Amino acid sequence: MIQGNEACAEGAVAAGLCFFAGYPITPSTEIAEVLSEKLPVLGRTFIQMEDEIASMAAIIGASIGGCKAMTATSGPGFSLMQENIGFACAAEIPCVVVNVQRMGPSTGQPTSPAQGDLMQARWGTHGDHPIIVLYPSSVKEAFNLTVKAFNFSEKYRTPVILLMDEVVAHMREKVDIPAPDKLEIFERVKPTCQPEEYFPFGDAENGVPPLANFGEGYRFHITGLLHDKMGFPTLRADEILAWYERVFRKINSNLEDILLYEDVMIEDAEYAIIACGISARSARAAVRQARAAGKKLGMVKLLTITPFPDKHINEIASKVKNILVPELNFGQLILDVQRAAKGQCEVNGLNRVDGEIITPGQILERMGLKN
Amino acid sequence: MDTCADEREMPSVYHYLRQNKKFPTVWCPGCGIGIVLKAIIRAVADLGLDKDKVAMVSGIGCSGRMAAYVDFNTLHTTHGRALSFATGLKLAKPEMKVIVVMGDGDAMAIGGNHFIHTAARNMDIAAIVINNLTYGLTRGQYSPTTPFGSVAATAPYGSIDQPFDICKTAEAAGATFVARSVVTYVLEAEKFIARAIDKKGFSVVEIMSNCHTYFGRSNQKATALQMMNWLKDITVPASAKAEEKAGKLERGIFVDKELPDYLEHYKEVVRKAQEMREKEIHHDHS
Repeated sequence: MIQGNEACAEGAVAAGLCFFAGYPITPSTEIAEVLSEKLPVLGRTFIQMEDEIASMAAIIGASIGGCKAMTATSGPGFSLMQENIGFACAAEIPCVVVNVQRMGPSTGQPTSPAQGDLMQARWGTHGDHPIIVLYPSSVKEAFNLTVKAFNFSEKYRTPVILLMDEVVAHMREKVDIPAPDKLEIFERVKPTCQPEEYFPFGDAENGVPPLANFGEGYRFHITGLLHDKMGFPTLRADEILAWYERVFRKINSNLEDILLYEDVMIEDAEYAIIACGISARSARAAVRQARAAGKKLGMVKLLTITPFPDKHINEIASKVKNILVPELNFGQLILDVQRAAKGQCEVNGLNRVDGEIITPGQILERMGLKN
Repeated sequence: MDTCADEREMPSVYHYLRQNKKFPTVWCPGCGIGIVLKAIIRAVADLGLDKDKVAMVSGIGCSGRMAAYVDFNTLHTTHGRALSFATGLKLAKPEMKVIVVMGDGDAMAIGGNHFIHTAARNMDIAAIVINNLTYGLTRGQYSPTTPFGSVAATAPYGSIDQPFDICKTAEAAGATFVARSVVTYVLEAEKFIARAIDKKGFSVVEIMSNCHTYFGRSNQKATALQMMNWLKDITVPASAKAEEKAGKLERGIFVDKELPDYLEHYKEVVRKAQEMREKEIHHDHS
């Protein structure tokens, strides 16, 4: 029996985390505490920085040195990290950022669950950019998705955000931690060419150029300025366009790999729920109860919320009478669902923002499926 | 003219400049940052460092652009955060020499917190702060080192902030090597920089530089020469007599002490952690 935060730390270690930098903040702190104990035993690095800005900068620096790197925080810290998350997007530096969400803007309510940072995880840093956001709904998924987060970040040279709900982070559940050889771990692709032929930001078949570690013979330049294939700042429209086209292509042409979701009794469903995190747990119970009463309710649990499975949700919208999106905010996930549904069916929200989670009964009542 | 001496040294400087990067630089004619660039290169050359094992990490502003020109592992980061990026890199690659180049805005304003904490940790980094008393890239707003009363783009009636002393801040925060020079004393600057790079621990070298284009033009020093001469006038060697120092900034080495750096302490953490783990395993088995 371990906590979601502990599972996240365990998943990170299993994925090969060798550098953690962070700043204490509720409700994420256990991740740092667990890693401060574990990483030194493994001869890897844990460092507590002076703030979240420095933490984010340090993990990028460590990743450039070849380490799998992560930080963990909550809302206020996540806001502070945004500029450097953008740097990692621009420079295509693999790293994992865990945001255990708290309620409300500003200091808000640090110990209550909320799902208010979905849009910030997608659009938090300035300027148009692609990013990957994963969202566990159980302690086991916290482990598995942390591993996935590292794999995606290394594979696609991008920061990956792991959004957690406070209740998942602090919930204790049984997790069978797989043996290291049973885990699929992706290692960063490094260049094999001669240094003078190396283009750290050049094109590649999957849109992801190999990334050399600093200090290993490929001397190159990394900048947050828009850059050419060598990494030097550029104002040339053709070079900027090529960069933008490629960084979006590397995500959008690999959606089959990146989009993780779980269908529950969706094949014959007349009604559907689309949910993530703790709200998906309640949704699953609602589906079970509705089915027991002979009502055709199904659901999709989203594990990847960015990019969004538009095609899949669109297909579901074409078959069901209506979709409900339960979430602990005033309506964020629903915006993506509505866009994907393209008006083919009714899409309704169920929003709770009082620090409590949505119950299965509330879902069934909202859908008119309660006995 | 000693052009011969100059020609002799050129190949060594060229060796450290990127051949695939377009010159000239972004800096104004007469800017002191180029002098600091050459001093850093000569320091690295004097130390005989392998280019593959040198990283230059820079912040934002005129000084931030330096990283693109040198043939090292180069990282042009966000404003004020260069030291934090460098901390991660140094811990990931302890065998690398990490040189951080910042401006006065990077080091004392937006990145002031990182500056004092990196010093307190005694992270093995050489921080070169090019202090031109202004925000040059954004056209001359007042900075944390702008002298009191100076006119700036955002202080048309004169700046009323008390300027920071970069070296005293570094010393108070725990840097193990602290020195100040001026771009007009090239050999001294080079010597301090070489010592900072070579020395283990957090080293700070402040190089006072001229931004005649913005600071100078607003403060009756509109040419590079005028501003350089003024920098010479307002500074004095640390070895000078007390009466000569009155109202002036000192040049020289202020701190040069030996203390274990962060990595040395961290090695001890790893040793303790592994020892405790061994004991636990032993305990479980017995």
